[in-house]
Amino acid sequence: MKPFTYERARSPADAAAAAARRPNTRFIAGGTNLLDLMKLEIETPAHLIDVNDLALDKIESTSDGGLRIGALVRNTDLAADARVRRDYGLLSRALLAGASGQLRNKATTAGNLLQRTRCPYFYDTNQPCNKRQPGSGCSAIGGFSRPLGVIGVSDACIATHPGDMAVAMRALDAVVETVQPSGKTRRIPIAEFHRLPGDTPNVETTLQTGELITAVTLPKPIGGTHIYHKVRDRASYAFALVSIGVILQKDGSGRVAVGGIAHKPWRIEAAETELPRGAKAVTAKLLEGARPTHDNAFKLTLVERTLGAVLADAGARS
Amino acid sequence: MQGPTDLDITRRDLLAIGAVSMASSAVPLVAKGQETAAQSPVMSKVSFKVNGKPQALRLDTRTTLLDALRDHLQLTGTKKGCDHGQCGACTVMVAGRRINSCLTLAVMHEGDSITTIEGLGTPQNLHSMQAAFVKHDGYQCGYCTPGQICSAVAVLGEIKAGIPSHVSADLTAHPQLTAMELRERMSGNICRCGAYSNIVDAITEVAGRSE
Amino acid sequence: MKFDAPAGNNPIDQQKIVGRATDRIDGPLKTTGTAPYAYERHDVGNNPAYGYVLGSAIAKGRIASIDIVDARSASGVLAVLTASTVGQLGKGEFNVAKLLGGPEIQHYHQAIAIVVAETFEQARAAAGLIRVKYVAAPGAFDLAAAKDTAIKPEKITGGPPDTAVGDFAGAFAAAPVKLDATYTTPDQAHAMMEPHATIATWHGEQLTVWTSNQMIDWGAKDLATTLGIPRQNVRLISPYIGGGFGGKLFLRADAVLAALGAKVVKRPVKVALTRPMMFNNTTHRPATIQRIRIGAGQDGRITAIAHESWSGDLAGGKAEATVRSSRLIYAGANRMTATRLATLDLPESNALRAPGDAPGLMAMEIAIDEMAEKLGLDPIEFRVRNDTQVDPEHPQRPFSQRHLIECLRQGADRFGWDKRNAQPARMREGRWLIGIGMAAAYRDGPVTKSAARVKLDDRGIVTVDTDMTDIGTGSYTIIAQTAAEMMGVPLDKVVVNLGDSTFPVSAGSGGQWGATSSTAGVYAACVKLRETVSRKVGINAADAVFENGSVRAGELTMTLADAAGTDGLMAEDAIEFGELSRKHVLYTFGSHFVEVGVDAATGEVRIRRMLAVCSAGRILNPKSARSQIIGAMTMGAGAALMEDLVIDKRRGFFVNHDLAGYEVPVHADIPHQECVFLEETDPLASPMKAKGVGELGICGIAAAIANAIYNATGIRVRDYPITLDKLLDGLPQQA
Repeated sequence: MKPFTYERARSPADAAAAAARRPNTRFIAGGTNLLDLMKLEIETPAHLIDVNDLALDKIESTSDGGLRIGALVRNTDLAADARVRRDYGLLSRALLAGASGQLRNKATTAGNLLQRTRCPYFYDTNQPCNKRQPGSGCSAIGGFSRPLGVIGVSDACIATHPGDMAVAMRALDAVVETVQPSGKTRRIPIAEFHRLPGDTPNVETTLQTGELITAVTLPKPIGGTHIYHKVRDRASYAFALVSIGVILQKDGSGRVAVGGIAHKPWRIEAAETELPRGAKAVTAKLLEGARPTHDNAFKLTLVERTLGAVLADAGARS
Repeated sequence: MQGPTDLDITRRDLLAIGAVSMASSAVPLVAKGQETAAQSPVMSKVSFKVNGKPQALRLDTRTTLLDALRDHLQLTGTKKGCDHGQCGACTVMVAGRRINSCLTLAVMHEGDSITTIEGLGTPQNLHSMQAAFVKHDGYQCGYCTPGQICSAVAVLGEIKAGIPSHVSADLTAHPQLTAMELRERMSGNICRCGAYSNIVDAITEVAGRSE
Repeated sequence: MKFDAPAGNNPIDQQKIVGRATDRIDGPLKTTGTAPYAYERHDVGNNPAYGYVLGSAIAKGRIASIDIVDARSASGVLAVLTASTVGQLGKGEFNVAKLLGGPEIQHYHQAIAIVVAETFEQARAAAGLIRVKYVAAPGAFDLAAAKDTAIKPEKITGGPPDTAVGDFAGAFAAAPVKLDATYTTPDQAHAMMEPHATIATWHGEQLTVWTSNQMIDWGAKDLATTLGIPRQNVRLISPYIGGGFGGKLFLRADAVLAALGAKVVKRPVKVALTRPMMFNNTTHRPATIQRIRIGAGQDGRITAIAHESWSGDLAGGKAEATVRSSRLIYAGANRMTATRLATLDLPESNALRAPGDAPGLMAMEIAIDEMAEKLGLDPIEFRVRNDTQVDPEHPQRPFSQRHLIECLRQGADRFGWDKRNAQPARMREGRWLIGIGMAAAYRDGPVTKSAARVKLDDRGIVTVDTDMTDIGTGSYTIIAQTAAEMMGVPLDKVVVNLGDSTFPVSAGSGGQWGATSSTAGVYAACVKLRETVSRKVGINAADAVFENGSVRAGELTMTLADAAGTDGLMAEDAIEFGELSRKHVLYTFGSHFVEVGVDAATGEVRIRRMLAVCSAGRILNPKSARSQIIGAMTMGAGAALMEDLVIDKRRGFFVNHDLAGYEVPVHADIPHQECVFLEETDPLASPMKAKGVGELGICGIAAAIANAIYNATGIRVRDYPITLDKLLDGLPQQA
């Protein structure tokens, strides 16, 4: 870990401005991924801005009947919030399927959106990785790719976004609120927040330098049956091979988002129109154009079968 | 056998020396522009309470809470198993909540109250959870044990507080105190010796007593 | 003391303390975080410096140049050591690859430098400033690809590489029912919770290391050899070990580099391997390819059985002895085993809990299940029909005891085996396909020389010193129980000191030999101490009764405290094993029963019930012995379902080299576990009449899980781990 200077920010706007002023600055909140990466010198900030004092830890109702979740709300608190449990069960379930109790107590809403891939080659600084060192090559292609992406991949990168929460956020049409170094705020729909790798897998989100997430808002509840099904090798404390978040309405319509298969939470709204025709039909559209490797082609079958089970389950519950 | 041509040759700093082989530099492959020269550590003061006792430290900003406890306060009951949040051996409680002390900086804990295994009990005066671990043989090598015990104490609090888990059948109901709930909630604490079955027995006994 | 005749009645048979479920005497320390592990010895010298190890970035080749200028001048750095700066190093007897590589590189993450600095943070940062240029060389990293180049090794653990009795080929060809199947097991990691760690300090020419090592004497010798200093100049101390499983049997880089660093900076130096470095830097269990052929008559009796095995290691390394138990366990007149070893340029292969048998039974105990099905026989009945009470290759050599059938039958009764549907894929509960499976467990019960010193003081306290280690096995407690039983004192009057190379050399912790050998060594020392006490108080040792803290003979009773007097009494002895353990097969046995649920949609496997019934002679402490078994069952569950060191076959390293990538079981994977021990003693094993249990529990369990998965799904997976991707295509069609 390289030496770094450290300050505690006093306001979101100050934090953003300070981050833009000093090169190679990172915000730190929970720290559960950033410090992990700093120890390996995958992240080497020269300056850390601790945002934990920013009072962004409230969950408030919005005027349109939705929720505004402060950037610093811890995963545990978000999952346990009575309104989230009642109206956005998918989000609670996704959060509780992730990490461990200890990590959820520390990890924040904003940080969770920003967590970086768990591709093992990204984590080994001896190995070429375009995400870590642009232009160095992708070791995962032709290497160990079982846990990695099957769709939206590029010749430069087949990493996945490893999170669970973001999958639920995607299905719930969340909006990410930020403040920019200029003090301006903006709202980024979750669909536009994470990027596909393309030729620049090192650029993972549409955030700009110094831009700080202040909150994530959820539109008013849409009801329906909420199911998050995470598939993994061990029963807990593991990243998803595939995870499926579904909100199914009584009339058979619904939403489907998938984790563990792409560089971003994967949702194709057009595929959701196939829901009445079942998992096979939905998956065909959802995974159209998939480019799996030999080692992870099973994920295509797994998505279809898991979705099938989830739809059967949702049907039985509604 | 793999030939040298199978090795990746696209790396920026790969250079050929000799006729049949190639060399590569092992400067960590991090993004250009992030490589900083050797710098002196940045020192920072921090004060917090550990097991009720005020501590004032002057630390390298890079020092994790775990290393502050182990190397600076000599509180080595908290263990370093992986240093990356992947095992739970470093579990401590901050303001009553369990966290991985390896994935947080000491300087981020100004004013906090930290409880470590040493704050729960002593060999002569065991905490009920520690005594239950002894009785049920909820450990073998003992290295994950302090983390398991800190986690176990916190887990009972989390269930009491109504925090749901992945295996809670009804999200809106108060979670139940079942073996399955305990197993899921304890899963962030790896025990390679495999004392899980006994650990759950120990926690169940303590939970039954405190109900 | 020579152990060369079956044990007769002795004080251990009283079983007032030995044989009773006893809380570990080290429990209060371990549960309060006050047991000091290697890196935590604040008492051994103030102001330690911190070492950080740099590992090779390539798997094979050589270092062309190594530039330490920036690292050396970095803040707080006291020294940067590499192979070219430390001078000639020797290589320990138990090491294959060098512990400090360079210029030649033998495997990925082989240590090539250590940075010593004032703080951990400074040492770690400076290690990142070392610039190394490598000349990479081609290597062999794929066992399957190298299989045909594998050679017959000189020997394997426990015997020759190949054996043959009768006419296997002819009998197999003629057998009416046949199985010919190939199984694979992957490379696996120890992943003990405490990383390899050492504090080293020098006083003149005297080196002391506080380290985490299972075998004190081996470690001290190999450290001396490596550093080129006399053995007597090395003291190695390892009283608490945060897990080893074979990964800490040997000297490793942390100890060597801490010692080298401490010499240069003239201060104590602390070194711990980082978790991401452990997987490629240290040893692992090698992958195997195993071909098993079994031929039987319609009567279910095996007429031909063959087990062939391939594994790999660095040049100079050894083969995984998977076939060893296949020579002994099932009857059959015509049989052969063969072992081949390929040279691979992966990190060093070596022992991991039950080396040989753990992967061997992963294959054989599926094969037996498959064969039983072909014969239309219940797999328990098939095993019973092919039981043997003698070594089938050497029929004049009987088992000292063999209660495998009792283990199988009792397990079946307790588990409700009769409720199993022998037809696979017939039981379902909602989304779960339910299956029940079983396997036999067997593992040798070796004994080896072990010494101890026992002291008695004027408070009546008995103190045992032996260099035995407790790696979570419960050595402290069974040694205390032994001394208490022998000297007739309560457990709290016994002090046990372990893990110090100044103590008498014990068996150490490995190969399941530790418990019976080390307690037998304490037994021997206590017999001598009883004689010393008797002599002192003027009675005949044969008449002396030691109980309630006193010694009594006829009319005379004296407290041990008084007998010891202010000078105290001391005795030292070793147990040495003679022909008994060669004339008999000393083995431990068991049965594993497992119920699994397989998610009908996703193929996720979750274990619902586990039972082991074990036969291992006298169980010295049923509480910690049970923990050994259930812990090994847990590790075996990992082997069955998830553990797999994945090789990058282009670059030659284990890719998933941390605890997020290399998954081991967590709480949620493991149900309540049952473990039952048969009530027995084995007088041919040792005066303790005990055998080990530390490895038995991992033998057969993975196959029992595999067999349960087959019973649940009808899908026979022969390549471990049995992950869901191997099941998906065979699962029921969805509606």
